[in-house]
Amino acid sequence: MNNLNELREESLKKYNAKLDKARIVVGLGTCGIAAGGQKVMDALKKQVAERGLDVEFDITSCIGMCYAEPVVEISVPGAASVIYGGIYPDKVAQLLESHVIGKTPVKELAVIQIPGNATPYEGIDIMDKAAYYEKQVRSVTSRLGRTNPENIEDYLATGGYEGLEKALSMEPQDIVDEIKKSGLRGRGGGGFPTGMKWQFVRNAVGDKKYIVCNADEGDPGAFMDRSVLEGDPHAIMEGMMIAAYAIGADEGVIYCRAEYPLAIKRLNMAIEVAEKMGIMGKNILGSGFNFKMRIKAGAGAFVCGEETALINSIMGLRGMPRVRPPFPANEGLWNKPTCLNNVETFANVPFIIRKGGDWYASMGTEKSKGSKVFCLTGKINNTGLAEVPMGITLREIVYDIAGGIQGGKAFKAVQSGGPSGGCLPTSQLDLPIDYDSLIGAGAMMGSGGLVVMDETTCMVDVARFFLNFTQLESCGKCTPCREGTKRLLEILTRICNGEGVIEDIATLERLGKVIKSSALCGLGQTAPNPVLTTLRYFRDEYEAHILEKRCPAGCCTALATFSILPEKCIGCTACVKACPAGAISGEVKKPHVIDRDKCIKCGACVDKCKFNAIIKA
Amino acid sequence: MTTCNCGSKEVSEKEVALQELLDHYRDYQGALIPVLQEAQNIYGYLPTDVLEKIAQELRIPFSKVFGVCTFYAQFHLKPRGKYIVRMCLGTACHVRGGAKIFKALGDQLGVSDGGTTPDLKFTLESVACIGACGLAPCLMVNDDTHGRLTVSDVAKILAQYE
Repeated sequence: MNNLNELREESLKKYNAKLDKARIVVGLGTCGIAAGGQKVMDALKKQVAERGLDVEFDITSCIGMCYAEPVVEISVPGAASVIYGGIYPDKVAQLLESHVIGKTPVKELAVIQIPGNATPYEGIDIMDKAAYYEKQVRSVTSRLGRTNPENIEDYLATGGYEGLEKALSMEPQDIVDEIKKSGLRGRGGGGFPTGMKWQFVRNAVGDKKYIVCNADEGDPGAFMDRSVLEGDPHAIMEGMMIAAYAIGADEGVIYCRAEYPLAIKRLNMAIEVAEKMGIMGKNILGSGFNFKMRIKAGAGAFVCGEETALINSIMGLRGMPRVRPPFPANEGLWNKPTCLNNVETFANVPFIIRKGGDWYASMGTEKSKGSKVFCLTGKINNTGLAEVPMGITLREIVYDIAGGIQGGKAFKAVQSGGPSGGCLPTSQLDLPIDYDSLIGAGAMMGSGGLVVMDETTCMVDVARFFLNFTQLESCGKCTPCREGTKRLLEILTRICNGEGVIEDIATLERLGKVIKSSALCGLGQTAPNPVLTTLRYFRDEYEAHILEKRCPAGCCTALATFSILPEKCIGCTACVKACPAGAISGEVKKPHVIDRDKCIKCGACVDKCKFNAIIKA
Repeated sequence: MTTCNCGSKEVSEKEVALQELLDHYRDYQGALIPVLQEAQNIYGYLPTDVLEKIAQELRIPFSKVFGVCTFYAQFHLKPRGKYIVRMCLGTACHVRGGAKIFKALGDQLGVSDGGTTPDLKFTLESVACIGACGLAPCLMVNDDTHGRLTVSDVAKILAQYE
């Protein structure tokens, strides 16, 4: 087989034929399954069979609206596709009767519609114009929620492996130049120019070269790589194959977190089918180019996201980083030149080769080109996945896409870049997001997790949370990281417990700077960022904890006091029964009071009170 | 192969599986971690004699095998429950009250972080992130993910695995 035209045409026919029938698609990414998607699928299938309807069932991955899971898409021939949110088995009958049989969508359950060539329904937001999607560009995520990731025909029908075919007709150096022209930078966090990295590996001398995909997405609050792995596994493989051809490698490894079983399953399926169809293996599409790949499941170590640690882990060693240089581009896996990129970076490659470097470079800012997938989580209304052009402001993401703060509370900070990043306050909301602006503000892009915090989040506690994480995950090889993060954590814990002294602030700052400048790898060098940014933007909170022994957010339990609001308390006595210390007293149907001397600050009363009458401050 | 004196068939089945595994990976570069992962799937954890056998067969010093085992969070040297409950305490889950759910799980099962119930049914663990942040707080029981948890969901979820 020398080209994929025939296969593609056939796939397109099958793909279009699927769309010509009444069709029900359920989002079954990890998030969809977690929200109960499989149960909804079972209920749909059962009721369709009972009613004897002719309906095509399909699955898809995460469309990005985690807040609306479980998501079900329904279309009838000749009409727009409607995506419903929050569909539990009890809503299934209504959907089938109204939309499939009656051809009338259930507007109150619909989230968005995708008209395609059909006339849009009235009263349902069109996807591109809906608040959640209007400011997004869907390139890397274009197949997510739209195709069946377990079916290669869907991939071929949507332009899949066109990039590979085009690349195989190009000179390898021209591919590297095209990537350079696109301005693509490493999406794993560091932001190193991808084209330059490829050039180093291409120029490196060696009889054998490797391609490694870093799918060890460990940042808490980040799941974009998981979504792409589960939703578009072929795109990552295609990107890796293009890279391999460009740099002269014939073997690839995907290092995937073991915590992502579904991603590993879908990758394995994708590799198997690509090999069977001759898209991967020996003499690919008659070009003489050979490539094979395998998956290596991680074993649970955050530091393995660091490139040299990851390489050690593939070689069966403890995942500890080593001193660079030599860089992996010259001495990587099995001491051979190795090109190591992140999932999202590879997933961008087929699009760049297909549409050209100039197309990609037309999006974004001067130094950060293209789009970036962010994970929006924390105390916002619309949690999910969003692909936006570089240069968009935090305010647009938090308020326009994510729909603002839950429960109408006040925005306090957004944490960007996971444990290596920082917390940015209200004053930074209009910051255009790119690699350099975020570093200037003390945070970093990281892999793209944005955790939004509201007024009830304590910033000292957040800093302590991250240091607890990095301290546990520090591999222990270098002293600044091993000892330094431990000392930072001790000081922060002391402050949260109300035992801090004012000198602690200067110690935190000094220690943080020392760790940043002396740690061996990226983990240690960025570990103090959460402390340093919270000190920079929220110093008053540290001072309140230390000087006034007060937690302004009412979060740190040791500093909290519980009290009952007399105007809200109806005297139901639920809290009296819940209190293990017997600290609450009062007459039935009259406001109760808490004895602060007896209170052990467990918070059991707050959970029991149905009237929000007990406050923690 | 030596036969086992206790007469239990299960033991020798596991040994056969381990031997097959070792034979499969004998000439494989970087075999140690996949072998440990699969051996753990066979035994549920990594007993010392299994580690010794792996070291011997792969010709890797026992100290190195032990070093790799203790480095990665995934490997366990003690028996574990049939169901592994992994509570996510990542940033998004932390901000949305994951700690409360974790406490409720601990209270319900009567174990602390890393502990296993005496009937070897449940092991409770905290993990840094399972990547379902959009549905925070969330947990995994073996490979099933449960999201948008409240304290009152805990008993219902555990009951599914009785």
